Amino acid sequence: MEPILNIKNLTMKFGGLTALNSVDIAIKKGEIAALIGPNGAGKTTLFNCITGIYEPTEGDVQITPPGKPTDSLNGLKPNIVTERGLARTFQNIRLFHGMTVLENVMIGRHCRLKSGILGAMFKPKSQKLEEQQAVADSYEILEKIGLEQFVNEMAINLPYGAQRRLEIARALATNPFLLLLDEPAAGMNPQETKELDDLIIWLRDNENVSILLIEHDMKLVMSLSDNIHVVDYGKKIAEGTALEIKNNPIVIKAYLGDESEDA
Amino acid sequence: MITKNEIKQSFFLSMWAIILTFPLMVIKVNTIKNIVIFRWWNILYVAIGAFVASLLWNYLLRRKEEGAKKDTKDSIPIVHRLLQNQKFRLPFLATIGVIALVYPFVTPMYHTSIMISALVYVILGLGLNIVVGLAGLLDLGYVFFYAIGAYAYALLNLHFGISFWIVLPLSALLGALFGTLLGYPVLRLRGDYLAIVTLGFGEIIRIVLENWVEFSNGPRGIRNIPGPDSFGIELTQHQSVIYIYFIIIAVCLITIFFVQRLENSRIGRAWIAMRDDEIACQAMGIDKTKTKLTAFALGATWAGLAGVIFAAKTSYINPMSFTIWESITILCVVVIGGMGSAVGVIAGALVLILLPEYLRAVAEYRMLVFGALQVVVMVFKPEGLIEAVRKTYKYKKIKE
Amino acid sequence: MKWLNIILGAAVAGILAFFAVKEIIHDPVYFLELFLGGLTRGSIYALIAVGYTMVYGIIELINFAHGEIYMIGGYTALIVASVLGLWGYNEVVIVILAFVFAIAYSCAYGFTVEKIAYKPLRNAPRLSALISAIGMSLFLQNYVMLAQTPEYLPFPELIPQFEFWEPWAHIITAPEMMIILTTVIVTALLGMLIKFTKMGKSMRASSQDKIMSALVGINVNKVISTTFVVGSATAAIGGVLIACHVGQINFFVGFLAGIKAFVAAVLGGIGSIPGAVLGSLVLGWTESFFTGYFWSEYEDVCAFTFLVVILIFRPSGILGRKETKKV
Repeated sequence: MEPILNIKNLTMKFGGLTALNSVDIAIKKGEIAALIGPNGAGKTTLFNCITGIYEPTEGDVQITPPGKPTDSLNGLKPNIVTERGLARTFQNIRLFHGMTVLENVMIGRHCRLKSGILGAMFKPKSQKLEEQQAVADSYEILEKIGLEQFVNEMAINLPYGAQRRLEIARALATNPFLLLLDEPAAGMNPQETKELDDLIIWLRDNENVSILLIEHDMKLVMSLSDNIHVVDYGKKIAEGTALEIKNNPIVIKAYLGDESEDA
Repeated sequence: MITKNEIKQSFFLSMWAIILTFPLMVIKVNTIKNIVIFRWWNILYVAIGAFVASLLWNYLLRRKEEGAKKDTKDSIPIVHRLLQNQKFRLPFLATIGVIALVYPFVTPMYHTSIMISALVYVILGLGLNIVVGLAGLLDLGYVFFYAIGAYAYALLNLHFGISFWIVLPLSALLGALFGTLLGYPVLRLRGDYLAIVTLGFGEIIRIVLENWVEFSNGPRGIRNIPGPDSFGIELTQHQSVIYIYFIIIAVCLITIFFVQRLENSRIGRAWIAMRDDEIACQAMGIDKTKTKLTAFALGATWAGLAGVIFAAKTSYINPMSFTIWESITILCVVVIGGMGSAVGVIAGALVLILLPEYLRAVAEYRMLVFGALQVVVMVFKPEGLIEAVRKTYKYKKIKE
Repeated sequence: MKWLNIILGAAVAGILAFFAVKEIIHDPVYFLELFLGGLTRGSIYALIAVGYTMVYGIIELINFAHGEIYMIGGYTALIVASVLGLWGYNEVVIVILAFVFAIAYSCAYGFTVEKIAYKPLRNAPRLSALISAIGMSLFLQNYVMLAQTPEYLPFPELIPQFEFWEPWAHIITAPEMMIILTTVIVTALLGMLIKFTKMGKSMRASSQDKIMSALVGINVNKVISTTFVVGSATAAIGGVLIACHVGQINFFVGFLAGIKAFVAAVLGGIGSIPGAVLGSLVLGWTESFFTGYFWSEYEDVCAFTFLVVILIFRPSGILGRKETKKV
């Protein structure tokens, strides 16, 4: 079967600095894949290249959404990439502070809705229905993620762990087939991390999304991932299951042997 | 409580203020008549003023810090509480409605006329609020679109005799058109560059209007612009002022209605998302350019409308009505009233425009106070006089 | 895209060169006058633009009040010169004291403005700081207007028309010569300050990364204050010189000059001092030739159009670097 995300020979240079050097990654449908590597290895840069925030210097990013033909994401703007079905969260939480929790999720619905300026001003029936549907859908997503008690709170007033989950809810609202999570467990306590672990598996099983995540919490990575990709200094150095990666001498060398402490 | 330390600090600051303002406040030179005047009393005023200002500054700073420590979430402004509470909502709005309705009949014409000017700023403020308050784009050339509306009416009426009622919607379209045309090239610029470029556009239109005499009659302006067409009914001067008053009340209501709807629509949410975080907003599938452009064009639409009413009301326009100060006054209305908050902007427009009109003695200090207020509001209460409050949604399950 | 830019650039340069050659042959003295006029104008812009660029480099904020600082410099010089003139002081003393007071007061104002309007907003959203800056600019203008006068005042001729310069004075006057020379000296000193002193090094570090600079022991607040003070000092020099050159002053002069200097700073690549000087000269010449050969009424339109075109086609300016956004 075609991989749903196929990155070939991806290279990103900033001036003289090569942040990513000819990286190949393939994600299969229904898979939870992890991208790990020491700080500054180029993991977030890779996310930015996939989602169109950076334009890669070289290489191809191809997607095969379920039931659709293979397509290239090269040179597309971030919003188009999201429209095609890739959604992401951010390492440093980037919620919309001036809005309520529900509205944050509704922003995620934005690209699946149609109403325009005139629709907003004159509110014909179709627009009213669409808006009600959007509210209902967003609420449903919040329920799934377990944030329904915060619906009308301002996003900025949420506790930290809830903010991270809201980022996931917002990304999920764009109807993605692939979720890119950038350090979703960063700053969480063990209890929250455990809940996140369950949530990610639940998402994969029930929401029909595949997941690629960047994470430093090795316990989480090892327990979750079907497949792990390791990058170091912008190069992909290993790929395999949790067990294979744990015993890979190159990976151990890259982490100087103390990967367990990285959490 | 004021501590001893603060008094000491304020004392030193007032000394510093005396030194700082000495040449400008105490010595007054006039090199035309070759005279120099010393105004020693000003030292005292500066000293007292600076002392009080410094104490006040410290007090506000302390309050802000205390506020930040506390949970800030249940500080909804009183106006919003009135509007949200079902019991008070109707009586509150009805009172305002009745006042608005009888106002021109119980007050002399002069007051109605001033109220009309203030209401023009309500429309302008609500329009600029879309651009600055909701979408977070600092537009210092908003007057461009205001001028387009005013000149569109003046010129179309002068040359072709087109009626107010036709130009009014036309000017809204013109505003939107020019907003799109100007917005397209400049909206990809970063925030501060955008401010300067829009400021440039605002100045360009003034200079062009001043110098292109064949087109705009230059600095002499256009006189005898007729008021709104009254469909054949003869109106006395007082009656025609009342007529315009009700027209502008109607336009205000329409503006409030539409702006409110836009704010809570898919488009409005996209504006706020873009203001809060441009990158996250794009990553959520929102087209940045399109969103900015709609905000810019819709803001311009209201300025075009306001321009037509302004021209019809004053019956005389010249380029001096459309300087950078006009743009900045409108910006003050939005910033001081409360960015993103329609209620705040309305209150801001009424207070900032009516107050100097009635307090003639301090009218010359108007811009000085506006400037100081902008700084103070940004430092201590960036959400403005009346904070914006987001709509709360009731969850309803839709049966499929 | 890259090639299109180069071809377009070359075409514009070619057309400009063609007209320049034609005009030089047609009337060389007029051309020279415009050239030197542009140089003078550009030099004045440079003195203001340098401050803009320094402040921008460090706090990434358009200091809208910078133009007002420059105006206050000019006004202080006018007041000092008038008072001393009334008391019958010697001309040389007047010139020196006028400059000293203008610089001192501009620095004091720059310092105070930063403490009131910018420092409390350092971690606030950019929009808040920008609005605060506009408010400060508005306040200072009206303060000077109310404390002094809304009218234009004639400015005393502080710089004499030297007699030995008489034969060349119809091409370039002595004050113009002084302006150009001062600009060269001031910008050279500034360049040295930034390149070789410890404070200069701290400034460069702070403009790269304020948190990191603070961690390695740089007093960032002090660096920012110093930047404002130095920028204000150059603005004051510019303020006095241009007031001498134009021969009058008004509370409003700072605003437009400030905006134009900002245009120049952006043109050269904001944050870069050589860029600011180069941008100022380019803008000075453009304005001078435009008003000399086309319409003089549209001088400001020319500057703003220039800005829009530059920002659209080369937002990083002539000498600026392309920046990558951080995510």
